[in-house]
Amino acid sequence: MPEKIDYDDKIPNNVNLSGDRRLQRALEGWQPKFLDWWGEMGPTLRTNGVYLRTAVAVGRDGWAHFDHVNVPDYRWGIFLAERDADRRIGFGEHAGEPVWQQVPGEYRADLQRLIVIQGDTEPASVEQQKLLGLTAPSLYDLRNLFQVNVEEGRHLWAMVYLLHAYFGKEGRDEAEGLLLRNSGSPDAPRILGAFNEETADWLAFYMFTYFTDRDGKYQLGTLKESAFDPLSRTCEFMLKEEAHHMFVGTTGVDRVVTRSAQLVRENDTLEIGACGGIPLDVIQKYINFHFTVSLDLFGGETSTNAANYYTAGLKGRWQEGRRKDDHRLTEGGTVLEKPTADGTWTTDEVQTLLALNLDLRGEYIADCRTGVKRWNRILEENGIGFRFSLPHPGFNRAVGLNAGFRVTPDGTIVDEATWAANRRKWLPTTEDLAFVRSLMHPVYERGRIASWVAPPVNGVNDKPFDYEYVYLP
Amino acid sequence: MEVSFDRHPDSYRHWKLRVDGPVAWLEMDVDEQGGLVPGYELKLNSYDLGVDIELHDATQRLRFEHPGVRTVVLTSAKPGVFCAGANIRMLAASSHPWKVNFCKFTNETRNGMEDATEHSGQAYLAAVNGTCAGGGYELALACDRIVLVDDGSSTVALPEVPLLGVLPGTGGLTRLVDKRRVRKDRADVFATRSDGVKGKTAVEWRLVDELAPRRGFTEAVAARAAELAESGTRPRDAVGVELTPLRRKATADGIEYTHVTAAFDRSAGTVAITVRGPREGAPSSVAALHEQGASGWLLASARELDDLILRLRTNETELGTWLIRTDGDPELVLAHERVVLENAATDWLCNEVLHLWKRTLKRLDVTSRSLVALVEPGGCFAGVLLELALAADRQYMLDGPPVDDEDSPERASVTLSRANFGPFPMGNGLTRLRSRFYRDEDHVDRLARESDRPLSAAEADGLGLVTEAPDDLDWDDEIRLVVEGRAALSPDSLTGMEANHRFVGPETVETKIFGRLAAWQNWIFTRPNASGPDGALRRYGTGRKAVFDRNRV
Ligand SMILES: [Fe+2]
Ligand SMILES: [Fe+2]
Repeated sequence: MPEKIDYDDKIPNNVNLSGDRRLQRALEGWQPKFLDWWGEMGPTLRTNGVYLRTAVAVGRDGWAHFDHVNVPDYRWGIFLAERDADRRIGFGEHAGEPVWQQVPGEYRADLQRLIVIQGDTEPASVEQQKLLGLTAPSLYDLRNLFQVNVEEGRHLWAMVYLLHAYFGKEGRDEAEGLLLRNSGSPDAPRILGAFNEETADWLAFYMFTYFTDRDGKYQLGTLKESAFDPLSRTCEFMLKEEAHHMFVGTTGVDRVVTRSAQLVRENDTLEIGACGGIPLDVIQKYINFHFTVSLDLFGGETSTNAANYYTAGLKGRWQEGRRKDDHRLTEGGTVLEKPTADGTWTTDEVQTLLALNLDLRGEYIADCRTGVKRWNRILEENGIGFRFSLPHPGFNRAVGLNAGFRVTPDGTIVDEATWAANRRKWLPTTEDLAFVRSLMHPVYERGRIASWVAPPVNGVNDKPFDYEYVYLP
Repeated sequence: MEVSFDRHPDSYRHWKLRVDGPVAWLEMDVDEQGGLVPGYELKLNSYDLGVDIELHDATQRLRFEHPGVRTVVLTSAKPGVFCAGANIRMLAASSHPWKVNFCKFTNETRNGMEDATEHSGQAYLAAVNGTCAGGGYELALACDRIVLVDDGSSTVALPEVPLLGVLPGTGGLTRLVDKRRVRKDRADVFATRSDGVKGKTAVEWRLVDELAPRRGFTEAVAARAAELAESGTRPRDAVGVELTPLRRKATADGIEYTHVTAAFDRSAGTVAITVRGPREGAPSSVAALHEQGASGWLLASARELDDLILRLRTNETELGTWLIRTDGDPELVLAHERVVLENAATDWLCNEVLHLWKRTLKRLDVTSRSLVALVEPGGCFAGVLLELALAADRQYMLDGPPVDDEDSPERASVTLSRANFGPFPMGNGLTRLRSRFYRDEDHVDRLARESDRPLSAAEADGLGLVTEAPDDLDWDDEIRLVVEGRAALSPDSLTGMEANHRFVGPETVETKIFGRLAAWQNWIFTRPNASGPDGALRRYGTGRKAVFDRNRV
C-alpha cells in the first residue's frame, strides 16, 4: 500500500489534482517512469543544488519562486493559464461556438496526434543537451541549462497531463511512449528529425534555443488558438517558459558575438581562433545549419493535415485573433516559390488553407531576422564590416518543396558538384565542429567565464554574475 | 489513353527487384512524378494503376523466371515509409469505371501473391519499415507474414472510413477478419481510427505477426526470410523461363496475338475473341516443355489471353459483350494439357503453367462483361479451353455443318477432360462444372465418365453443357438476337446479375473481396457522401470537411 501522497505539494498544479482520482492514478504510474528517464537521459552532471525558478501557481507571484533545488527533487508542476469562461472558437467551421472542455470524439485521434508530436519534442531537447553540463562556460550558463531542461521536463508533464486527463488508456500508453522514444536512438528515435541531432557544444545550445525553441514557440502559438480549451490554456502557459528559453538563446548568441567582436577588434584580425574566440564565419555557418534544420520542423509548405486541423478548429494560425479575414480560408490563394529542375524558380498559386505551414514559417522567419539584426548591431558597434544573414529558406532542406534540390544560401539553385564544392563554406565542417568543441572547457568557479563568450549583462533574479548559481559537489 | 500492361524489371519506375538465392527483395520506391495519368504526385509510396502493373509484372516474373525463390520480401526503399496506399488525389480525380477497374486489378494482383504463397511455395513476407496505411496495409495483408518495425511510432492503419468515407476495398476488411482472424470488435476499432495501431498492440490484435527493432531491421527481416525459405518447396537449382515480350498488334479494330485474336465491333458493342489451339504436337517430355519456354502453346496462349482481358477491361469499356470462340484441333489441346497435368506435382514449370491458366480464367470470372461462348465446327473447346466456355454466361453450340459450307462433314464438339474436374477452381473454390451443377454431384460424376471423347451438340445439350444448340439455318439469327438483346439491357444490371449467377455456393475470401467488399465499395464510391461535391473523397486534401447525408441506407 503506497503511502498517501500530498499531491498538491509534490506536484504544484492548478488542475485540482488532489481531487481527481483518475488523474492521480495515471500520474502515480507515470511519475516513477519519468524520474527513471530523467536519471538516465537527463543531465549527466551531478550537482548539490541549482538556483531554479519553480512555477508554483499561474499568477505573477507563482512565477517568481527562486531557490536552490536538488534537481531530481524539482517539483514539476501542471499549470494551465487561467480559464476564460467566455472563450469562443476563433476559426474554422466551428468559429463562434464556445470552446470545448472535453475532446470531441470526432477529433480524438487528431488531437492526440498533435499532442503526442508536441510532447515528443519536449524531452527530446533534454536528451540532446544531456552532456552540455560537463562543459558549461560559467555557473550562470550552467544554471540556465538546468532551467531550460527542467522546464522542458515540465512541458513534457504538461502534454502528459493532457494525455492522461483526456485520452484514457490510449493516452496513458502514448504518455509512456514519450519516454520510450529517445533522441538519436537507432531503435526508437524521436518523431521529428531535428530532435535527433546532437547538441554538441554550447554555441549549438544557444543556436538551438534561439532557432529550434523558437519553432516551439510558433507551434505552441498555433495550439494556443485551439478550440480544445485545456490544450489552449496549457500552451499559453508553456509559452511563458518558452520565452525564457529563447532569452537564453538570444543573449547567448549575443554574448558569443560580443566576445568574438572584441577579439577581432583587439587583435585586428578575423582569424580569432588562435586567441580562443569563435570566428564570425563559423558563427554564420551555425546560423545556416540551425535555422534550416528548424525550418524543416514546419513540415511541407502545403499540408492537407494542417488544413484539416484548421478547419476542425484544432490548430490555428499565429495570432489568429489579429488576422483580418474570415478565419475560414475557404477562398483565396497564396503564392508559393518552387525550385525547378532547370535551375530556376517558379511560382505556384495554392489555396491559402493548404499553405498554413508556409504562413507560420513566414512569421517565424520574420522573427528570426530580428536576432540577426541584433547580432549585426553588435558588429557595427565594434566597427566590424562582417554581417550575418539568414540563408534562403530553400537552403539545406530535407522536408518540403526544396528537399532534393541544392540551393545556395543566397537562393541560387545549383547542381550537386557545385554544392559539394561549396558546402564547407556554408555549413559547419568537421573541423569547425572540432574547433568549437576544443574551446568547451568547464568553468565552474564563481564569477569566471570561458574565453569564447562574454559574461551576461545581468544575472538571474537580480543576483550578480558571480553568485553561486550552482552548488557542485 | 491506352494502358499497356507490358513491363520489365529493367525499366521499372517504382520498384526494385533483387534476387538473392532463395530470397527475393521487392522494394517499393515510387517515383512521385511517375503517375500513369497527369494531375497527381505519388507521394509517400502511394500507388496508382501504373505502380500496380509493375508489381503484377514482378510477381509473375518471380514465379516463372526465378523458380528458386522461396521467399519474397515486400518492403520499401524509402526510409520511414512503407506505403501510404492508393493515391487519394488519383482516386478523387478518376472516373467511377476507372476506380472500379483499378481496384479489381489490384485485388487480382494481391490474390496472386497469396496464390504464389499457397501453390508455388513462394511465400510473401511484408517488411513494414514505416508508415503503412490503407492500401499499404492491404498490401501487407496479402503477404503470408507481416513484420512491423518497432520504433515506438510506426503504425499500421486502415484510415479509409474515418478519413475518406470509403472502405479499405483492396481486401482490407475481408483479410482482417477472415485471414488474420482479427476479432470483429477490434477490427471495428482499428478501421475507424485514422492513426492506426503500433507495437505490441498490433501483434496482440493479430494485425501483424511480429515486431523487429529499427536498428538491424533489414538483418532481422533477412533472417526471417531465410528461415521461411528453409521450409519452402521450390527446387534449389532450377533454371527459370524468361517471359519474353508478347507479340501483339493492336489497331483501332482489334488486337492480334500469336494464339489469340480479338476483333472489335464498336457499333454492336462486341469483341469477337478467338483462342487458337496448338498447331503442333505436344512437347514429348517435361524437358521439351522447358525447352519451349515462353513459346510453349499453353504458356503463350495464357499470357496472351491474360493480357487481352486486362487491356479490354481497361481500354475498351464500351465493348460490353465478348463472344468467345476457339479454333483448332481438340486432340492437340488435350495432348498439350496432358503433359502439364501429369507432371504438375513434380515439375515447377508445369505447376506454374496450370496456375497461370487458373488465374487467367479467374480474371474472366470477375470480368464485368457479358461472356458468350460460341461453339462451332473447327473449334477446340476441349479440356482447359472448355473452361472458357464454362466461364461464359451462356454457351451456344452449332448443331450442324458450318454455316457457310453446308456440305462439310465437320461438326462442332466439346470435350471434357480431367482439366475440367479440379485443376482450375473458381474463386469460390469449386470447379466451373461443380458451380454449374451446384449440389448435383451425381451429374458431375456422370460428366466425368463422358470425358476424353468429343461430345456432339445433341450430347452436350443433353448433358447441360450448353445453353442452346441451334442448327445451321437458325444459327446466325439466333446469335444476332442474343447479342442485340444483350446490348439493349442496362450494363449495370447485367454486371450485377452476371456476378451473382457466376459465383454460386460457398463464400471464400476471394468471393467476399470481389463480391461483398467490392460491391459495397463501388456503391459507396458513387454515393454523394463519398463522391458528391461535398463528399469525403472529393473534399479530402482541400482542408474542408465532408458534409454527410445522415440517413442510413
Ligand atoms: Fe518546450
Ligand atoms: Fe523550449
